[in-house]
Amino acid sequence: MALYNEPSPLETRIVSRLFGIPNSHTLDVYLANDGFKAFQRAVAMKPEEIIEEVKVSSLRGRGGAGFPTGLKWSFVPRTSPKPKIIVVNADESEPGTCKDRLLIEYDPYQMIEGMMIAGLAVDAKVGYVYIRGEYRYLIDHFENVLAEAYSRNILGKNVLGTGINFDIHAHTGAGAYECGEETALLDSLEGKRGIPRMKPPFPAVAGAWAFPTLLNNVETYSAVPAIIRDGGKAFADLGIPKAGGTRLVCISGHVNKPGVYEVPLGYPMMKFIYEIAGGVRNGKKLKAVVPGGSSCPILTAEEADLNMDYDSLAKVGSMLGSGGMVVLDETTDMVRFALRIMRFYQHESCGWCIPCREGTTWLKKVLTRFDEGHGREKDIDLINELAKNMLGRTFCALGDAAALPTISIIEKFRGDFEKKLAASRELVGV
Amino acid sequence: MDINKMTFSPQLEERFAKLLTAYPTGKQRSAVVPMLMYAQDEVGSVTPELVQEVSKRCGVTPLQVEEVIGYYSMLHKKPMGKYHVQICTNISCLLVGGEELWERATKTLGIGHKEVTADGLISLEEVECMGACSWAPAVEVNYDFHHFVTPEKLDQLLADLRKTQ
Repeated sequence: MALYNEPSPLETRIVSRLFGIPNSHTLDVYLANDGFKAFQRAVAMKPEEIIEEVKVSSLRGRGGAGFPTGLKWSFVPRTSPKPKIIVVNADESEPGTCKDRLLIEYDPYQMIEGMMIAGLAVDAKVGYVYIRGEYRYLIDHFENVLAEAYSRNILGKNVLGTGINFDIHAHTGAGAYECGEETALLDSLEGKRGIPRMKPPFPAVAGAWAFPTLLNNVETYSAVPAIIRDGGKAFADLGIPKAGGTRLVCISGHVNKPGVYEVPLGYPMMKFIYEIAGGVRNGKKLKAVVPGGSSCPILTAEEADLNMDYDSLAKVGSMLGSGGMVVLDETTDMVRFALRIMRFYQHESCGWCIPCREGTTWLKKVLTRFDEGHGREKDIDLINELAKNMLGRTFCALGDAAALPTISIIEKFRGDFEKKLAASRELVGV
Repeated sequence: MDINKMTFSPQLEERFAKLLTAYPTGKQRSAVVPMLMYAQDEVGSVTPELVQEVSKRCGVTPLQVEEVIGYYSMLHKKPMGKYHVQICTNISCLLVGGEELWERATKTLGIGHKEVTADGLISLEEVECMGACSWAPAVEVNYDFHHFVTPEKLDQLLADLRKTQ
């Protein structure tokens, strides 16, 4: 089972409000905490009104891309005669990210309620939760929750006496980072290799089994009950303009209190690291921050003095990503760090697009050589050039995800590479 | 190849039955990967017989089953150890000793990546991020997570696996 850290008094707990309460995953605890009030309210609303409320909330996708959720919902052709499908992306595989498992473990009904409200908004009667294979304990746990939900008439026919039918199924992945990409996830859900699809058509029009499909992250669906219950405006007001509400940030690496904490959009990063997560371990100096999962360009300590929102991160050339923040202290070897990132992307590239398949393989080779002390001076620029040649040349974002952090590390920590080069030269007596 | 129907535990049969009704009519290919994952735990690996069985049950060709096996890292054609020890060395774990744990485990057990001890008890795999970043470094034994693993805890863990065989 996952661990839940001590909460910080500085948090604003919306999606994590039940974390830490005994048996928070059970229906009775959920019902005792306003559970399914939002669904009851949504039943009385028109679908357009539900979508409008989500738009007002300024909720943006919590999986990494940050696309406005209400807008995404409005793309699903709800009047189409085809069945519509709700899919939850619980493939959580972006290095540094470990929040969605907590939402399913500690408050699964919140996500279920969010899926059911989404079902009302887009006229879907079935939902699939795609959970990564490594989280088997979570799949078993979630299937028990589903069994309880069916036995208590939360799911199935005529749910809660509303005349509405809704089914949810858990689907296990089997180990593939690529399946977190939405179209690859759909191929995987269909029983194939997870390879990204050409877009358009977008999943909203032709997704799972070519049916109109609404696909969001666990945390995105989990935010919906609060939005419908307390109003989109209340949620929006917690954050900043165009980026409403709160989000879970998973902090790891060289900090005193690693954990998963919920803060409003726009929260100061330094305050988060030093006051909520207890600051850098062993009194060391901060060297760099990966702001939201390994695919985000790295920030220097100076750059990290910003607010955690989409625009502020974009200004320094990075992204808010999936909420996986990794803190690096002054002792970190950036060559090794860059290599480990590249080894990951090389392993996970599905091989469909040549720039990604070949680019990650060559970058891994050059970075390995460099790390082992056989680097050449021109390798530093070679790494940069190889990475830049991948940018924008692939179907999905995995190519960019491998290239962007690499470019940022080379450009911001070139000194680490030069130092390693000098050290390896000394070693061989050149 | 004429292969008799494989037999599975009632629990697994129940899971299979559920899987075959979970997807829209005619879309039973969706059950292929989950079936392989669940069956692998019982059979020990994805055997040729299992490929045939899953292809029959899902109404797809054996080739359509074969093609996913090479893609998903958790599907194994060869049996792993009774205890499959997976050590994460991705960035969050790397920063707090994941690589040291990996080195230590390979030395202690005398096996490498995706290798099994001679007695078939323990296998090792250096894995990518398992989503335990805030509780790093992390090790997963079969499907059980171990968090904040120190070298001493790893030694203890491996010793315990030997004892409980």
